Amino acid sequence: MAIRAEHEIHTRRFSRNLGLGLVLVAFVGVVFALTVVKVQQLGAVQGFDHVLRPEMIQVESAK
Amino acid sequence: MCKPGAPSGAPGIFAGTRPASPSLTRSGMPDPMERWNDGMTDISAYQGEPEAEFGDYVALLKPRVMSLVVFTALVGLLVAPVPVHPVIAFVSVLFIAVGGGASGALNMWWDADIDAVMKRTARRPIPSGRVRPDEALAVGLALSGFAVVMLGLAGGMLAGALLAFTIFFYAVVYTMWLKRSTPQNIVIGGAAGAFPPMIGWAVATGGISTESVLMFALIFFWTPPHFWALALFMKSDYRDAGVPMLTVTHGRRVTRAHILAYTVLLAPLAIWLGLTQIGGPLYLSVAVVMNLWFLRGAYMIWRREEAAAEADGYAAEKAFFKFSLLYLFLHFGALLGDAALRAAEVI
Repeated sequence: MAIRAEHEIHTRRFSRNLGLGLVLVAFVGVVFALTVVKVQQLGAVQGFDHVLRPEMIQVESAK
Repeated sequence: MCKPGAPSGAPGIFAGTRPASPSLTRSGMPDPMERWNDGMTDISAYQGEPEAEFGDYVALLKPRVMSLVVFTALVGLLVAPVPVHPVIAFVSVLFIAVGGGASGALNMWWDADIDAVMKRTARRPIPSGRVRPDEALAVGLALSGFAVVMLGLAGGMLAGALLAFTIFFYAVVYTMWLKRSTPQNIVIGGAAGAFPPMIGWAVATGGISTESVLMFALIFFWTPPHFWALALFMKSDYRDAGVPMLTVTHGRRVTRAHILAYTVLLAPLAIWLGLTQIGGPLYLSVAVVMNLWFLRGAYMIWRREEAAAEADGYAAEKAFFKFSLLYLFLHFGALLGDAALRAAEVI
């Protein structure tokens, strides 16, 4: 038979666990939102990915 | 969770839920749980240390101080001439607040012995036994690290560094070192409370400027009159705790003079802030009125004799203390108001 005794201490432990759980979920949300904004602020990003992109080659200014 | 010495294997919390008389199980065997009940006559069987609930850890972060930190940091960030993305503004203010809260937890860890003596602070989580001191230390250190790193990533390295310095200043320089060794402790502690608008400004602009230094100065010079007024009518507490409050070390006459002196220093700085680019007609009019009123209050406190103050239950000191809260709130509120007027192109 399951132990059903619900002591006040269980309520307090539950409040701690729930609180910490919510804080962690909120932290994940904050880091995600921050990442999205920071990446958007970088502007257009492109790099060499095995294909030559002539527009990325810096042309030496004419001497 | 059992008290040391209690039989292991059977948490005491269950003992009281069992009936008192039967000692045999249904199979006729002696009930192995019964012996835990020996000597227990009521249901208050849980003998372990009091466990904290989530709110106790929140209380460690001094939420009321945090609200002031949030407000001033937000104003510092919003009045800066550089716009900040709302998400970055939110995350920055959030972690400035967490950093402030973490320094509050470190302060409570170190000051648990004083807090237990003072009536105002005896119900804090550590002196009341709900949170263990080492837990408070762990919470304070961990949140400090999180707050500084996250603010550095969100709002720039200068903002992160300023927050780290603020936490160090409040927890180490003020709490551990100067609070118990000099009657000017309030002045030093005020510096820690004065940093948030400067950090908010650094998030927006990435730098430090006259405006942010003046916002710092406004809180820095406001703190001594605010707290010494409190100390004048809360005298016995600090004396019991052995904290060298100016009222205890140099007497109440000197404290009254100090309140006036810092208020006189505060007024021109508050006006000066109104003449910078973040000031405006709203701030200037609020600053002129509030500072005249504040000077008048400080002058009255300075003129009063102790007997007169005791006779009317420190009415003038209490009124001055209450007004000081309004003073700071309205100054920063007016800065925000002028920023809104500028954004709406009214001024």
